[in-house]
Amino acid sequence: MSPVDTAAAGPAWSDPNRVGLHGRSALTGHGDRDVASKRIITGYGFWIYLLSDIIMFSAFFAAYAVLADATAGGPTARQIFKLDYVALETACLLASSFAGGMASVAASVRSQLWTQIGLLVTGLLGFAFIVLEVREFTSLIAAGAGPTRSAFLTSYFSLVGLHGVHVSVGLLWLGTMMAQIWVKGFRPDIMRRLLCFTLFWHALDIIWVAILTMVYLMGAG
Amino acid sequence: MFGKLTWDAIPFDQPIPMATSAVVGAVLLGVLLWVWLKGYVPYIWREWITSVDHKRIGVMYCLLGLVMLVRGFADALMMRSQQALAFNAPGYLPPEHYDQIFSAHGTIMIFFVAMPLVVGLMNFAVPLQLGVRDVAFPTLNSVSFWLTATGVLLVNLSLVVGEFARTGWLAYPPLSGSTYSPGVGVDYYLWSLQIAGIGTLMGGINLATTILKIRAPGMSYMRMPVFCWTALASNMMIIAAFPVLTATFAMLLLDRYLGFHFFTNEAGGNAMMFVNLIWVWGHPEVYILILPAFGVFSEVVSTFSSKPLFGYRSMVAATMAICVLAFFVWLHHFFTMGAGADVNAVFGIASMVIAVPTGVKIFNWLFTMYGGRLRFNVPLLWSLGFMITFVIGGMTGVLLAIPPADFVLHNSLFLVAHFHNVIIGGVVFGLFAGYTYWFPKAFGFTLDERLGKAAFWCWFLGFYGAFGPLYAVGLLGMTRRMQHYDVAAWHPWLLVAMGGALLILCGIGFQVAQLVVSIRTRDQRRDLTGDPWDGRSLEWVTPSPPPAFNFAVLPDVHGYEAYWGIKQRAIETQHLAEEPDYQPIELPRNSPTGFVTAFFATITGFSLIWHIWWLVVLGLVGAFATFVVFAWRDVPEYEIPADDVARIDRARRAARAAALADLRKPA
Repeated sequence: MSPVDTAAAGPAWSDPNRVGLHGRSALTGHGDRDVASKRIITGYGFWIYLLSDIIMFSAFFAAYAVLADATAGGPTARQIFKLDYVALETACLLASSFAGGMASVAASVRSQLWTQIGLLVTGLLGFAFIVLEVREFTSLIAAGAGPTRSAFLTSYFSLVGLHGVHVSVGLLWLGTMMAQIWVKGFRPDIMRRLLCFTLFWHALDIIWVAILTMVYLMGAG
Repeated sequence: MFGKLTWDAIPFDQPIPMATSAVVGAVLLGVLLWVWLKGYVPYIWREWITSVDHKRIGVMYCLLGLVMLVRGFADALMMRSQQALAFNAPGYLPPEHYDQIFSAHGTIMIFFVAMPLVVGLMNFAVPLQLGVRDVAFPTLNSVSFWLTATGVLLVNLSLVVGEFARTGWLAYPPLSGSTYSPGVGVDYYLWSLQIAGIGTLMGGINLATTILKIRAPGMSYMRMPVFCWTALASNMMIIAAFPVLTATFAMLLLDRYLGFHFFTNEAGGNAMMFVNLIWVWGHPEVYILILPAFGVFSEVVSTFSSKPLFGYRSMVAATMAICVLAFFVWLHHFFTMGAGADVNAVFGIASMVIAVPTGVKIFNWLFTMYGGRLRFNVPLLWSLGFMITFVIGGMTGVLLAIPPADFVLHNSLFLVAHFHNVIIGGVVFGLFAGYTYWFPKAFGFTLDERLGKAAFWCWFLGFYGAFGPLYAVGLLGMTRRMQHYDVAAWHPWLLVAMGGALLILCGIGFQVAQLVVSIRTRDQRRDLTGDPWDGRSLEWVTPSPPPAFNFAVLPDVHGYEAYWGIKQRAIETQHLAEEPDYQPIELPRNSPTGFVTAFFATITGFSLIWHIWWLVVLGLVGAFATFVVFAWRDVPEYEIPADDVARIDRARRAARAAALADLRKPA
């Protein structure tokens, strides 16, 4: 056994398998070049989380695709979807995301007032979306088209409801985000969280567009 | 007030669970009391429970996995002894209890033994091998660990309060639906795995981000040790597969709690959709477990052969090929569903194709050893045992991948023997190799070799004794999960299998003895240099155990096998590299967030199982409040002064210089 050392080394070292010839030069490991910046790392990690979340949705999409015709003699998609109502929901959600984008623009120029206004509008529009969705659900349940009626309705309520739960949790997050920015200001860690929040909010739009297409447009058509 | 929870939930009339839980409770209380009386509580709270250090978290994951191995193995012994006795007889375990045991055995062994051990080894070794100071999100890492611990706690709680699932380890509906399983058993199963699964998913995101974004300068992808590659593949599969598990269990929970119809027999539900979805997670899961084990073998075989790994690039390619192929074979778990000959043929061929990259790996390990100077330490013994055993398991797997053969062997003990063959012979042997290999790095002293070898031989021979007979009875037509039987031809085989299980018990006994003896004689077995095995990757640069910051300055990587290059250069030039310019180091502060979150997750999970709705709300509010408090912190990091860094690193350099001087003396 020959335990010897140490950390910093000299010229390019033996590379028995002729691999990895593209390494960078000698660095001390201090300063900003040692590893990626925190903003990059946080954003990157959150993107990976969003991908995993989209995979979770994809399982619910798959379940919906399998069960869409299993109406068990109950109402069908064509009978229950009202596209103008859904258009209103969509408008709320997309406008909310736009407001969220405006808020992050305001945050990037460190405007407390406009950031808070932007986030407030984001939240109100998101809340309006949730109210519309809950009303849609309750009216369906009242009409005897609740999730326990058939496998089709089960998968419909679960897929759309899962998105609604995400939006609701997002609203909770939004509230703490506004408070954090108000109390702590535009600190780097707060800005990273704001970045993650806006990514989350936009990802929910992407999922909603898929729901709009696969559930509502294809169902009502 | 307490939902479905009444005094009837505690099985006073069943002696086995009551006695077991009394013993477990007494041991737990004893340990807590000992810790309290010795005054260790502040130390454990400060240095372990609230630690966000990847090394500490890795060690805690491994400890959790090893403890649960004993629990899962106790279940295995009960099944083996039941089947040894239950020939033309009822045995000693009534069916409803026996069914809980085989369900708990599978659930615990996969989720709470194999997963924590695999994640623990990755947590411990990957940042060290990459030459960095921690994972991407240290506090999230602690949350992941404690959520896994919550899952463990809930599963074990089911022993005393209520019951566990009687549905098998994957809880297929409609059996697991509320019609046929009205009790809390399936709910214990679902909620403990949901909570632990979230922890696993967060851990996967964390490690994948670490490997992709945080590496020492010069550590390009093709310079990473193979263990880092396998960890990357494994964590990417966690990210892609675990959300499907979460979604599937969520659907089953909706069916059970709210009367939905995903998988029911009525109203258009589709039970086969559950089987498809669960295996879309389940098949990648076995590769999530085996790939890091392959990584451990790659490190061990190369180190103990004193040679670079043969075919590094083909090893990387094979790893990534398996990572992708793992998602295209799930249907081979249910060829008998009747998807049709074409579908079965596609999935059968895809399953056989996986044998190709795996074969590449086996040959790479063999060629690594060829011409090497082999040192038969315990880690290498586990690796050799693995190569023999895993090849057999792989071949029976290819047999099962042939759909017509599978129609005969489906759900027989041949299948049970096959997957134990690959999981024990592959994953478990790999975990033990990694445990022995990295133990001195984690604790600063080596494990006893003689007892380690005894443990290896007991496990190795015990495995063949326990599972060889199961192949035979499987071919004789015995199906899995039988509480009793009346076929005389099976009985002798099952007695042999019982003997094999007892031999494995001896192996576990030797492992416990090894740990105890090694701790007691630790002063004679100190690893003073930090490089006890003449290692080749960067974790061996650090002292054993490594300081909180791992590296005083980040190593500058100039090639594959970064540390080997540094070491050879020091030997050639006969002195160490220049002392670096020490700077203060910032590290993340410890945080109780993980522990407190898990506390509330436990409350939430328990009250969901028992329908105590007000407590569910309380638990969720508590968890949310914990996050807000964490988000409000102002000082996320603390600084280690440059003087301390210099003091610690100079001690390390002195040890290295002494070792170098030793080496210079003629033998």
